[in-house]
Amino acid sequence: MAEASKIPVTVLTGYLGAGKTTLLNRILSENHGKKYAVIVNEFGEIGIDNDLIIGADEEVFEMNNGCVCCTVRGDLVRIMEGLMKRKGRFDAIIVETTGLADPAPVAQTFFVDEDVQKNARLDAVVTVADAKWLAERLKDAPEAKNQIAFADVIVLNKTDLVSKGELSEVEARIRGINPYARLHRTERCKVKLSDVLERGAFDLDRILDLEPDFLEVDDHDHDHDHHHHGHDHDHHHDHGHGLKHYHDEDMQSLALKTDKPLDPTKFMPWLQNLVATEGQKILRSKGILAFTNDDDRYVFQGVHMMLEGDHQRKWKDGEPRESRLVFIGRELPEQAIRDGFESCITT
Amino acid sequence: MSTFEPGGGQASIASVTDRVRAVAIGAPASAVHFLGERAGSVGAEENISFVDAEGDISRVAVHGGGILCAVSDGKRIVTGGDDGKVMAVDANGEITQLAQDAKRRWIDNVALHPDGACAWSVGKTAFVHNGRNEEKFFEVSSTVGGLAFAPKGLRLAIAHYGGATLWFPNMAANAEFLEWAGSHLGVTFSPDNKFLVTAMHEPALHGWRLADNRHMRMSGYPGRVKSLSWSAGGKFLATSGADVVIMWPFASKDGPMGKEPAMLAPLQARVAVVACHPKQDILACGYSDGTVLMVRLEDGAEILVRRNGTPPVVALGWNAKGTLLAFADEEGNAGILPL
Repeated sequence: MAEASKIPVTVLTGYLGAGKTTLLNRILSENHGKKYAVIVNEFGEIGIDNDLIIGADEEVFEMNNGCVCCTVRGDLVRIMEGLMKRKGRFDAIIVETTGLADPAPVAQTFFVDEDVQKNARLDAVVTVADAKWLAERLKDAPEAKNQIAFADVIVLNKTDLVSKGELSEVEARIRGINPYARLHRTERCKVKLSDVLERGAFDLDRILDLEPDFLEVDDHDHDHDHHHHGHDHDHHHDHGHGLKHYHDEDMQSLALKTDKPLDPTKFMPWLQNLVATEGQKILRSKGILAFTNDDDRYVFQGVHMMLEGDHQRKWKDGEPRESRLVFIGRELPEQAIRDGFESCITT
Repeated sequence: MSTFEPGGGQASIASVTDRVRAVAIGAPASAVHFLGERAGSVGAEENISFVDAEGDISRVAVHGGGILCAVSDGKRIVTGGDDGKVMAVDANGEITQLAQDAKRRWIDNVALHPDGACAWSVGKTAFVHNGRNEEKFFEVSSTVGGLAFAPKGLRLAIAHYGGATLWFPNMAANAEFLEWAGSHLGVTFSPDNKFLVTAMHEPALHGWRLADNRHMRMSGYPGRVKSLSWSAGGKFLATSGADVVIMWPFASKDGPMGKEPAMLAPLQARVAVVACHPKQDILACGYSDGTVLMVRLEDGAEILVRRNGTPPVVALGWNAKGTLLAFADEEGNAGILPL
């Protein structure tokens, strides 16, 4: 089945109390004309007609391949199989995880299970974060940090409960972990649906831009700054490019770049070996690669030890043939990765 | 499993395609079970469509939603739905509700015992409703992947993550746990009650010899095994999951331990479903490219029932006498073949 005709799946994560259910209700109640199948852990908090609501058990299974980080959501495999009997009754699937969940097994389910992969495609991991409490949770809850690190989209919620300075502080903390996710500041999860759905974050064809999201400015948020929260103006210099730079102690991102071509006979084994040995630490990886004597761009992405990659398209005339890689992970062996990468550059 | 000799080209094989009565059911199927001389094509949603040898269809509505599982003992078809109901339909088309989950949770699996007991599962809990109208339940450590009654005694095998549990609903004794790492999604007893076999989430089967719980690993499949069928008398277990029908030998006391499986009917397509003839050493197999074949176990001789290039086959069934074969596909086409 073509990628485009597969049913998109959005994974909704966020620590307890951040506002996942608020966002879910907002998505479901908005007048979008679409039907969703929603996989939740607790029945009862949402109740929207016309949508399929399925209770899940959040069972995380190790794959039987000896790799401890190859975990999948066993219940999701079963639920997806059941849902496929009702194909045509819904347009998209949303998987809500519990506040303490690691998003990796959910994402990996969509990589390793043949049947799931045939019918559905992972669209994005959306993490709701509480502007007031996230900084605290990043200190005491590894789950919260995982969810930020794994995210493609971060909805920084409850911004009305913090001062401008506190907001800048928490954003800087987030950026210290994951500078690549799209970040949206919200009150009561008020975010445009197009900002959280149909993102194509796992679509190899859309791995176009590996630049950090620092300079993205949220329009609707700007409105709040100026009109509703005028009293915060004195902190305004903290906003945007004035962000303080944080480095999280154990979770970080690592960006590699070269304008010299890579040797595929060295690079591929290096990358495969890297994720095989360090995959437990690497949460997400992405890359756009220029190989020696190859006129096509090569793109890849990975979750822990699982990698997928393909030639994407011809390099355009005048487009700089640069290779860029991004890793987000825990205690990444930065120097070893940099050295390994350097050794793959064609000399 | 690594080598096999491809059979003759398809052009040369015998064909009975002109004797198949094609029936347009109009909705995707998930299973086919005969009640008497009528084939019940269990839809993916809501209905069971009964088709007779003349090709006439009568439809029975059983669920208000998706049909997640179906099983039959030849006297009735029992289904579980995403509406939380367990329903039974008999040969007269009479519908009975056997159970309803109070929270409307999905009924993931159903099983039938020859004496009339019925089992179903919701999440981690397996329920048994015996012939005397008593209901009992048993909870396992993770979601139930499959259910099967033993051919003798009231014993239920429950497949789940990490192995299978054997539960005697009428006895106070503890259930027996058969451990094997991984997620077990389907389960079946050999007809002689000596072996238990599970289909795993990874492309493999696992088996236990029940006398001593010795393990049997049956692996090498390119895809997950979703269809299992015992040959008449239980000499072989026929399985889907490869581009040939894989037949594990169970005639000896060691079952398939240390033996190679037989491979039948190789095609350039994945075997999706297998159904052994109830009396003779013949099986029917349906493929992802729409092909349906009948194959003689003894020499692998093939007869073409339906051509390739048709929608993927999802279900096959024989009537109890073995005089009718029915198939159904993903797009709502079915066929019935009198022999």
